[in-house]
Amino acid sequence: MARYGMVIDTVRCVGCMDCVVACKTENQVPEGFGRDWIAYETRGAFPTVSMEIRSERCNHCDDAPCVSCCPTGASHVDPFGQIVMVTHDVCIGCKACVASCPYDARFVHPEGYVDKCTFCIHRVKEGKDPACVSVCPTHCMHFGDFDDPNSRVSRLLASRRNHPLKAEAGTRPRIYYLV
Amino acid sequence: MRELILTRQNHLVDPTLHVWAWQIPIYLFLGGLVAGMMVLSGLFLWQGRHQERPFTSSVAPLIGLVFLSLGMFALFLDLEHKRYTWRLYTTFQPTSPMSWGAWILLVVYPALVAAAFVHPPKLLRDLVPGVMQYTRAIEARTGARRMIGALNIGLGAALGIYTGILLSALGARPLWNSAILGPLFLLSGLSSAAAFIHLVARHVDEREGLARADNLFLVLELAAIVMFVIGLANATEAHRQAAALLLGGSYTALFWVGVVGLGVVIPLVIQLLAVNHRVQHSPVAPLMVLGGGLVLRFVIVSAGQESRWAALLADLVNALA
Repeated sequence: MARYGMVIDTVRCVGCMDCVVACKTENQVPEGFGRDWIAYETRGAFPTVSMEIRSERCNHCDDAPCVSCCPTGASHVDPFGQIVMVTHDVCIGCKACVASCPYDARFVHPEGYVDKCTFCIHRVKEGKDPACVSVCPTHCMHFGDFDDPNSRVSRLLASRRNHPLKAEAGTRPRIYYLV
Repeated sequence: MRELILTRQNHLVDPTLHVWAWQIPIYLFLGGLVAGMMVLSGLFLWQGRHQERPFTSSVAPLIGLVFLSLGMFALFLDLEHKRYTWRLYTTFQPTSPMSWGAWILLVVYPALVAAAFVHPPKLLRDLVPGVMQYTRAIEARTGARRMIGALNIGLGAALGIYTGILLSALGARPLWNSAILGPLFLLSGLSSAAAFIHLVARHVDEREGLARADNLFLVLELAAIVMFVIGLANATEAHRQAAALLLGGSYTALFWVGVVGLGVVIPLVIQLLAVNHRVQHSPVAPLMVLGGGLVLRFVIVSAGQESRWAALLADLVNALA
């Protein structure tokens, strides 16, 4: 059984937001909302200033609090690649999952249900990459199966220094950033 | 310098989480108040003191039905996908406190009705002419009254504690990561319930008794508040930052003046003087307790949503470099 995740190279990412636009188009994300976004983190003082640019989204955590706190089972882990999904017509819009997410990756869709990144599960099932990965002009984003030690994402993790986001929140996120 | 800029501007999420507005604190307050009334009425029914505590054991359960319905209506108003509310009752999700709460609320109703049937007040006898046959049936069975009392104590405690666990289960918000929130909300519910009965009950003896009980609950609530803050202030950096919201941050005045000062300490002093016959009983202290209970829910819900795991990676990445 696959366990999909992403590896994103912050050295290559230029923050062009193509991933954000591709996601909005592919998933018809309503105006004013985003399933993915760009983070610009600057640190240091002149002359030793550095910046990390990251494309961020739902981390499809191995221990997803949004799934365990859902009172109806709308928030669930899809057996296909362990992707965290929301069944729209089971969601009551209580927003517990929105509050439970350390990444603030969820939002309330104008139609009332809670929405978020799906890793473009509909594309992945057809053997394609998620929309954000497929359009990245610097090829900084990689999607694949962490359970397969020979997958591109597993090999990148083994060979490059990396970090996930907010590992201390304890949800075991599945997006890693190469530094 | 450390600076983080996000391009995300999602409604209710950015710049800080604010998914829960007034509806949730109102529900948590009313739920806690009803929970407290259930424990008190259950206790008197269990002890067989329902005749000498007529308001608490007979009228309060009926008022509880109204308050709980108002609270659940507030909860309903908060839902964003209202036409699917029924989905709560086609499943049970054991890891979700909200699922536990939905089912607890469902069984609380018959427990409140049963409590009111033990010694029905005149209003209920007028509204439901056949009620006395249930009362006689309860009287005829030894242990039935005690069973109803125990049921109300147990369900009241579950209702009060779940409203706190509901928040503490959301690990992404460090301010809520305290198991003390459950007992704290139950104690606040008990003090609010005792204050409410003190405020509106007719029998002097019953009011006096509830004022004494309220003083005990307020002392315990104060202890729970102190433990809650100490627990956060001695945990990880994220929890200390959450505690800082109450210890110098934006909620400091509201919490220490509105909740602790005006809602617990000052009414406690007034009521201690009143039960020792130094001052007259007045509605002032119980009204302050009720206000404090309401403000407590608002502060915890709002400050909790502002607390978060640090968004900046700088320290972590520097350590790795």
